Amino acid sequence: MAIEVRIPTILRTYTDGAKAVDASGATLEELIGDLESRHPGLQARLVDAGKLRRFVNVYLNDEDVRFLGGLGTPVSDGDTVTVLPAVAGG
Amino acid sequence: MRFDSLIDSVGRTPLVGLPRLSPSAEVRIWAKLEDRNPTGSIKDRPALWMIEQAEKDGLLSPGCTILEPTSGNTGISLAMSARLKGYRLICVMPENTSEERRQLLRMWGAEIISSPAAGGSNEAVRVAKGLAAENPDWIMLYQYGNPANWRSHYESTAPEILEDLPTITHFVAGLGTTGTLMGVGRYLREHVPGVRIVAAEPRYGELVYGLRNVDEGFIPELYDETVLTTRYSVTSADALARTRELLAAEGIFAGISTGCALHAALGMARKAVQAGERADIVFIVADGGWKYLSTGAYEGTLDEAEDRLEGQLWA
Repeated sequence: MAIEVRIPTILRTYTDGAKAVDASGATLEELIGDLESRHPGLQARLVDAGKLRRFVNVYLNDEDVRFLGGLGTPVSDGDTVTVLPAVAGG
Repeated sequence: MRFDSLIDSVGRTPLVGLPRLSPSAEVRIWAKLEDRNPTGSIKDRPALWMIEQAEKDGLLSPGCTILEPTSGNTGISLAMSARLKGYRLICVMPENTSEERRQLLRMWGAEIISSPAAGGSNEAVRVAKGLAAENPDWIMLYQYGNPANWRSHYESTAPEILEDLPTITHFVAGLGTTGTLMGVGRYLREHVPGVRIVAAEPRYGELVYGLRNVDEGFIPELYDETVLTTRYSVTSADALARTRELLAAEGIFAGISTGCALHAALGMARKAVQAGERADIVFIVADGGWKYLSTGAYEGTLDEAEDRLEGQLWA
């Protein structure tokens, strides 16, 4: 089993157009590091100076990781991680 | 209840229990029916507060032009107040919003400038900021950054909820401008120790996220994440299913963003049951379902409704 990572349209240039890719790791940071090894360039679009980029939202099983543990959030097999750009409502 | 005018009747909406969707007598869910406002949505509160603050600040006088980026409800609320107070209103609205919203805006006399569907409200904000710079005499109230937006909820929505339900443990609302969550959240945190403030963020189809790059995202200036306990992303499939469940189980005919908030509220209820804790969970019914009939959200299978909603801004 692995962790499914859903990639938004604008970042699929890094995943050969794939909407979702598998990755592994014990934390979100390790997971993104694992993604980077197979999809070079992706990490820099998600993380800057050791933090999630301002306009990038990452959800672990639909919950915003900024309220869980940020990049240190533990992840485990069977989880789904969703990456989305920040958009306006209202 | 008697009021001097329609504008004076904003607020004081009912809080109703959901006896069938609440898991137990110890874990109860309550709906704040904001569709009972004069133009049918919660946005009557921030619209009125923003206009009256601008009047106090001397920015608005009869005959002035108001400009606002809006996916619909704020525009409709502003249009009603603008008509009664003698202002011209121009709304910048994404193309992918329902036809009902456009008709309602025109009915109350607002002018509509369309912004591209791709990029959703981000584009409407960008277009409106450009128009504001070109037309310095127009007044942009700017719901995403206007403190009168969150203050309307701090001063009206929140005290109403606390008065009706002093035992509240959770507050759940949709995340758009963030005004409702910031205003109600701040008030409840000052008055209810340990209260949990939960955001339910609509997850749209891919078109809406079709930005050129991730650095062009948008976070409303009003947003302060320290007010929130947590934040959930809710798919249109889950929002639709909950909107229908609310109608079928409790008889409440609500818009799709209400299903989004209910989904998060039910998640909180499940957690409270698992933890063996009592809970009184309030969520916001932001508007009724009338404006979404043309989207087909209430007919056919959920899959069909989800397909029809793809690419639409439903909150």
